Amino acid sequence: MITSLTAEKLTCARGERRLFDGLSFTVKAGQALAVEGANGAGKTSLLRLLAGFLAPVAGRVVTRQGGRDSDDAEMRGRLVGWLGHQDGLKPQLTVREQLVFYAALYGQRADTAMLEQVGLARQADLPCRYLSAGQRRRLALARLLVSQRPLWLLDEPFAALDTSGQALVAQMMVRHCGAGGIIIAAAHEPLGLSNESLVLSGGGL
Amino acid sequence: MSPFFTLLRRDARLAARSGGGAALALSFFALVATLVPLGIGADLRLLARVAGGILWVAAVLAALLSLDRLFQGDYEDGSLELIALAPLPLELTALAKLLAHWLTTGLPLTLLSPVLALMFNLPPPATAMLFVSLLLGTPAVSAVGAIGAALTLSLKRGGLILPLIILPLLAPVVIFGAGSVARVLDGFGGTGALELLAAFASAALLLSPFAAAAGVRLNLGS
Repeated sequence: MITSLTAEKLTCARGERRLFDGLSFTVKAGQALAVEGANGAGKTSLLRLLAGFLAPVAGRVVTRQGGRDSDDAEMRGRLVGWLGHQDGLKPQLTVREQLVFYAALYGQRADTAMLEQVGLARQADLPCRYLSAGQRRRLALARLLVSQRPLWLLDEPFAALDTSGQALVAQMMVRHCGAGGIIIAAAHEPLGLSNESLVLSGGGL
Repeated sequence: MSPFFTLLRRDARLAARSGGGAALALSFFALVATLVPLGIGADLRLLARVAGGILWVAAVLAALLSLDRLFQGDYEDGSLELIALAPLPLELTALAKLLAHWLTTGLPLTLLSPVLALMFNLPPPATAMLFVSLLLGTPAVSAVGAIGAALTLSLKRGGLILPLIILPLLAPVVIFGAGSVARVLDGFGGTGALELLAAFASAALLLSPFAAAAGVRLNLGS
């Protein structure tokens, strides 16, 4: 289990543009951090950087686990539960097949009861091409639960969801933090948790 | 089931269901092999002579058709990030994907080749050599192709630039593959060329996962 995640003086640049400079924060187990900011302020880039896809121009990300610090991106990637703004679903595969595939890929047991929890039990054998945007998002949420990862990086977790879907996300996040997980979420709405906020003001040139 | 075989099975299943993978490559291969004898005419000796080269080139081009989607599909819909975060090194991810590509294109092409060789009046010993050389050589096509596919995965028109990158690298495969068939026709037995082909294929299979994984990392970070 992860005890904390610390960003030390992170600097991120995309092309010629510097998105943020000297960004530092710490999130401890059981805490959530909301990343706010205008479109293009670098919220998604920060999440990609934390997940280890992007390398920072300067600074480092340290995870503390079992009393040991590590800034290895690949090790950190093994802790990450990722909910990107794309759903990562294949139109040809059924809802159940997607969930079983990702569970096995992450070395977890596929729990199709998860589908009931996100309200997709009746669609289990439907190919994903017939799902609506909100239903696809719900399947992505089920996948996040199945992956059993402690560090959730969520990009717009409320996007495309109806009211009950948003309530579901809020409930999932409360439970995840309660179980000692960490959440870092880019969102325009309040997360509905007692969380810290980080406002990216958008970089200068 | 291990993450490696999970990914392999999922990619093979996707190729079978979308119709763009196996079926397209096989039809292309069969069409070229049917049209060439029509174009050349009924000179049976000439047809037998060119069969090895033409079937080999057709097989490589057919395998190329679906190669550009090897990583691109997963990149575009966000699956590649999720796969990259799985407890499976990217090198093994690349190996699983290229093996799935071979199972759904290279292997069916090889199995179909003896039937198409009939249209070229290829004698049975040479047909057997064609079959064996395709069996050894098509994994190299998928392996080398995976490098190109990884490099071009974020390009919108990657399908156009991919052949330019990998076809020159595949020249040895075509030379040794078609050469082994020609040597059987000349009565030498094709073993020399076949061994070189096997050596190239082993090297490609061994090295390509590392190069492809580096390409994927590069593109995920851009």
